[in-house]
Order: sequence, then structure tokens, then C-alpha cells
Amino acid sequence: MKSLEELKAIRERMQGQVGLRSEDSSQTRVVVGMATCGIASGARPVLTTLSDAVQERHLDNIAVTQTGCIGLCQYEPIVEVMEPGKDKVTYVKMNPEKALEVVEKHLIRGQVVQKYTLNAENIK
Amino acid sequence: MMPEISLNVLDVAENSTRAKASLVEISVAVDTKADTLVIQIKDDGCGMTEEQLSHVEDPFFTTRTTRKVGLGVPFFKMAALAAGGDFSIESKPGAGTCVTAVFGLSHIDRMPLGDMTSTIHTLIIFHKDVDFRYTYEVDGRSFTLDTREFREVLGDVPFDEPEVSAYIKEYLTENKKETDGGISI
Repeated sequence: MKSLEELKAIRERMQGQVGLRSEDSSQTRVVVGMATCGIASGARPVLTTLSDAVQERHLDNIAVTQTGCIGLCQYEPIVEVMEPGKDKVTYVKMNPEKALEVVEKHLIRGQVVQKYTLNAENIK
Repeated sequence: MMPEISLNVLDVAENSTRAKASLVEISVAVDTKADTLVIQIKDDGCGMTEEQLSHVEDPFFTTRTTRKVGLGVPFFKMAALAAGGDFSIESKPGAGTCVTAVFGLSHIDRMPLGDMTSTIHTLIIFHKDVDFRYTYEVDGRSFTLDTREFREVLGDVPFDEPEVSAYIKEYLTENKKETDGGISI
């Protein structure tokens, strides 16, 4: 069984190193819809993928969080990217592969992946 | 309909966090002799009135304002009943809510339990202010994860710190394997 001793070791290593992560106005927010509609259509792996990718690439200025139903259940899983001073971008029908593409192109290089956005869907 | 039971658990536990629970207790118990899989989600959140409770299993009832249906609880109930099981909710305003679902373990229509490790990990990492106590039991062998114990050790180091997050995932993965011997349920 994995023990709490290992956690103590982590704590000792981390002590003093943990900078308070700033939740200021310069931070980009990435929000995943995690209500019944989102979860049923595969939001859990999308959320995990985004959060892991942001951590691995040390994108400290990006916060990945979750929210409830966004109100567009037929387009789930939905990921919203909110960058300060820019219009919100809504990505629809996401999966882990598309989410990684959004990390590489949008979050790192600043280019919105148009083909996955809500605007690209033909809404009647 | 959820493709795996662990997603029902995630969905219903999200309700607990939205009900402002400070502690959510989740237990998964497999009993091969009794041929049951029993799942319980218990919170100390705001609870429901009798009026709300009487409607909660109705898909056309929701407290949400973004749309007119609420399928979380009905999905969970349907999954349990389809597997020859049972379903109940108890709730009191101010005291909290307890949801219990019993599944026929070997029933042909029982969905697989699925990735409980991801469900619990997601709940812990994305609800920093809520404590979780998770118990997984298979034929008398069990393990428990209690975030209050983790919090005591960690002090001000947050759960979403990469090393801590990885530890929690490993804790769940390894202890699950030791409890059920790696079988898929």
C-alpha cells in the first residue's frame, strides 16, 4: 500500500518552493463544461488532458477549471478559452486529441483553432 | 446514458460539491458472493426539501436555469435498475444527501465500473476546498483515501501541485490494484 510517508517527503521538498499562484487579471482561463451533458459525452478525459498538458509545459499563466452546464448540450464536450482583453473562444465537440491541438496552437502560439470553434458549426 | 458507472459517480458527486458540501464520502463495494456492486455518495451539503426530493428522479426536474431537464440522477437510477439493482436517495435540508445505488454484479446489462481512479482524482484536483473520503472494497479487502489526512501532511501545499497530483493518482492506482488484484469490474 502506498503510504503517507511519501507524501511527507514531497511536502518537505516543496516547502518554501510553492509560490502563490497568481489569479490576477493577466491569467488565461480554460474552462471545461462538466455537467451531466459534458460528462456523458467525454469531458472527463478532455479536462484531464488539458490540465496535464498545461502542467507539463509549465504554462503557469493558464488556469484550467471546470464549470457546470454551459447550455449548449448538443455541442459537448465544450472548452472555453478566456484570454484577458480578447473575446471568449468556445471550442465544441472536443476530445483529448483536439484539446492537445488547442494547447499547442492556441494556448502556446496564440492562434485560434477555427475549425473546432462554435463559429465553425453550422448553427441553424 | 453514461458509458461507465464511474461517470455517474462523477456526475452525482459534482451535485454534492454544488450543494456546498465540505465533505463528500464515496464508497464502492464489490461483493461477489452476494453478487452486488454497491455505490454510495454521501455529502454534508445543503440537502433537499421533501418537495425537491420527490422530483429529483424525474428527468424533467432540475434546479438549473440553463435548460429544462436534469438527467444526472435519472441516469444513475436507470443504470442501477437496468442491472437488476436498487436505488435510493435520502436528504434533509441543512444535513446533506445520501445516494445509494445497488447493481447486480454479474447482470448482463450492468455497465462496467470504469475508471474510478480518474473520477476521484478529478474530483479532488478540481474541488480544492472540498474534502473527499473514498473507500473501495472488494470481498472484504479495502482501502480508503481521505483528503483530510493528505491536507494535514501537506499544510499549504495544494493538491494541484504537479507532484502532489501525481502522488494522488498513484495512491489510487496502486491501492486499487492491491485491493482487487487488477481485475476489471
